[in-house]
Amino acid sequence: MSAAVQQTVPLPAARRRRAGARVGDTVFGALARAAALLVLVLLGLTALSMLWGGWPAFRTFGWHFFAGTEWDPVTRRFAALVPIYGTLVTSAIAMVIAVPVSFGIAVFLTEVAPRWLAGPVAAAIELLAGVPSIIYGMWGLFVFVPFMADHVDPWIDASLGTLPLIGPLFSGPPLGIGMLTAGIILAIMVVPFVSAVMRDVFALVPPPLRESAFALGATRWEVVRRVVLPYTRTAVVGGIFLGLGRALGETMAVTFVLGNAHDFAISLLAPGNSIAAAIANEFTEADSDIYRQSLIALGFVLFIVTFAVLAVAKLMLLRLARQAGR
Amino acid sequence: MAEAEARISTSLTGTAALEESAPQIAIRNLDFFYGSNRALKGINLSLPARQVTAMIGPSGCGKSTLLRVLNRMYDLYPNQRATGEVMMEGRNLLDASIDLNELRSRIGMVFQKPTPFPMSVYDNIAFGVKLHERLSKSAMDERVEWSLARAALWEEVKDRLGSSAMGLSGGQQQRLCIARTIAVRPEVILLDEPTSALDPISTLKIEELIDELKRDFTIVIVTHNMQQAARCADQVAFFYLGELVEAGSATQMFTAPRERRTQDYITGRFG
Amino acid sequence: MAYSRALHRRRQATNVIGLGVATLATLFGLVWLVWILGTTLYKGAGAIDMRLFTQMTPPPGEDGGLLNAIVGSTVMIVLAVAFGTPVGVMAGTWLAEYAHGRAIAEAIRFINDILLSAPSIVIGLFVYALVVQPSGHFSGWAGAVALAMLLLPVVVRTSDETMRLIPGTLREAALALGAPKWRMVTSVIWPAARTGILTGILLAIARISGETAPLLFTALNNQYWTANPGNPLANLPVVIFQFALSPYDQWHRLAWAGALLMTVLVLMLSVSARAALGRRK
Repeated sequence: MSAAVQQTVPLPAARRRRAGARVGDTVFGALARAAALLVLVLLGLTALSMLWGGWPAFRTFGWHFFAGTEWDPVTRRFAALVPIYGTLVTSAIAMVIAVPVSFGIAVFLTEVAPRWLAGPVAAAIELLAGVPSIIYGMWGLFVFVPFMADHVDPWIDASLGTLPLIGPLFSGPPLGIGMLTAGIILAIMVVPFVSAVMRDVFALVPPPLRESAFALGATRWEVVRRVVLPYTRTAVVGGIFLGLGRALGETMAVTFVLGNAHDFAISLLAPGNSIAAAIANEFTEADSDIYRQSLIALGFVLFIVTFAVLAVAKLMLLRLARQAGR
Repeated sequence: MAEAEARISTSLTGTAALEESAPQIAIRNLDFFYGSNRALKGINLSLPARQVTAMIGPSGCGKSTLLRVLNRMYDLYPNQRATGEVMMEGRNLLDASIDLNELRSRIGMVFQKPTPFPMSVYDNIAFGVKLHERLSKSAMDERVEWSLARAALWEEVKDRLGSSAMGLSGGQQQRLCIARTIAVRPEVILLDEPTSALDPISTLKIEELIDELKRDFTIVIVTHNMQQAARCADQVAFFYLGELVEAGSATQMFTAPRERRTQDYITGRFG
Repeated sequence: MAYSRALHRRRQATNVIGLGVATLATLFGLVWLVWILGTTLYKGAGAIDMRLFTQMTPPPGEDGGLLNAIVGSTVMIVLAVAFGTPVGVMAGTWLAEYAHGRAIAEAIRFINDILLSAPSIVIGLFVYALVVQPSGHFSGWAGAVALAMLLLPVVVRTSDETMRLIPGTLREAALALGAPKWRMVTSVIWPAARTGILTGILLAIARISGETAPLLFTALNNQYWTANPGNPLANLPVVIFQFALSPYDQWHRLAWAGALLMTVLVLMLSVSARAALGRRK
């Protein structure tokens, strides 16, 4: 009898434990899945809440919201061309500067620098990415704006400003603040991101491919220009789009130096505005519903545009990763 | 099989040529270091002009390293250095004063795996030529056709010169790489296990090509494949643990090697 | 042999120029780093004294410290880590251990990477609509939620990546002992991935410590002493923002001091996190 008990007693306990394990697994798995799905839900909710909050502005002003330049809290008429234009122009200036500089840095790190130098230099450039954006803004306001006003703007106004056709872009009083200054600061902020992506994708080029070009007698520069760059082209463009996505949405660095102007100005030296800066400056002071809704509508536009740009960036980067993984 | 035997007998007749042909490259007392690790030890070897020299030996024996010394490929990497002499036309190729771009235009190299550049078939060939010569459009067309024809690829790609080289089959890609190398019109071609990533039919085509190319070029081939060495080579050099054990005509090496280790390797007793 | 001397010389010149310009571009990038960090250090070091840590933010034109801002920032960062880390690690766990290459997992990774670079000001607007509007006032809770949303994608990504690097044999060994999967994850996978996950949390803290935009309309600011997240909460970034844009010299000094504190903290965190990541590879 005791033998039978010894055989049967452990069984129910074991079964119970297995049932407990099943419950534990179900609960744990469900929690984990819920957490993962929350990422999707948060993104969706963000987009929806912006659309919901900004909808009255879209409905009230229609397409004129994107085409008009008046931004008048008193008469409660809002149209967003000035901040949209400012966002696009400052980001364009940033990319015009950041892309060649980032490319140069990536080439320096992968082709020129000896190993003992490449590591520290790469780390230093990455430090730039770690500096909080408000520091860029403060430095911009207190140091770079006076520098531009004293040394750069007058020179631009006197030389480029007198040219036919593009002259109006570069003429104006040397205030220091404005879209050119904001664009340059954005460029500094974006360089570490773009150069890091470029450096990483350059490293994905199979060594035999590089060696084949060297074996034909190509110089280092020719290997970069003719083999490395074509091989990594889509990912390099992806890195540039990643930088662009950052530049479009950057707030604090540009808020300090743009001037928060709502008058349309063609000159890059004139005070301007951007979507992010307008929201940062005005949201807590918005004294009417339609004012706040217009700012949220701007936020929605910014969100959709950066989402699209970042999605393109990600897709292009994935393409090279897949190609290299083959 | 009969064909292969026929080729071995051709290389038999080539033995006579071996003695009289002047060396294109003479390697003397060559040492090579990866950091402090000595990977080649006192190599002495002559590479006769317009003949095929095959380098054989087990993995890690230094045969690929020697190939990469000849066109100074090791210069790309820190902590790698060579000492000794590699003489070509009275100059030591290891000298710091040697212009690497010019050197590599004279000593071409084909790699283990095909390495087509991400551009069209035509541009792949033109890439190397443009580095060293200024040619008119028609002269370039001619050069591309000539090199593709020499690489036995022209018939297969003449209608798709403008399409990406990445779309070719593995064997075609490797012949494209050979065409790209000979388009620069080097004097020496280095082949680093050029068929190890290819199917037997593509391999056969490339071996036939090597036989054909040696009329104009001095060829050095690294191979794991004993039959390939027997089929293609005039001279065979056997390496073991960084040393050149012995070198001689293919016939002598495969029928009557002087060294015990050579015999063991060739008969498949190790490696 | 065909070899054009003139062409050769021109190619060498192009090579030297191309690589030279690349070197100059690197110097150009480093100049900004030195300029910006140098300015912050110079202006901030001159303004740092003990009062920063013992006194409240002052009214306009008077001397004071940053005590309430430092405390407020600390409270919100701690809360954000408390909200964001469990969710982030669980989400990373699901992606690495449960998803088995399902399309939805790839979609989540994709969206998560986008959230990683999404404009933080938009997150601020979202949390405003989610927390501030329903509750009727700005609060430290809202600020903490906004920061948690910025922290989340960093933690998801690093924990997912770290766990995927763990060899499958370790999982099989645990399951072969008869451990249920959740035990395998909590007592084998998490400990094995601990360094990576902690590094990710450090990186995330570095990121949210300097964020200003999402706090502007969630936590707002508070010139009085409080550590209660139910109230609007003073915090370093917003104080720096408001003081820097003010016309008062004393406020400017405090803004620079705060900027230096924040930069040193953020850079130390991100450098040590990166060093830990680098060592692991």
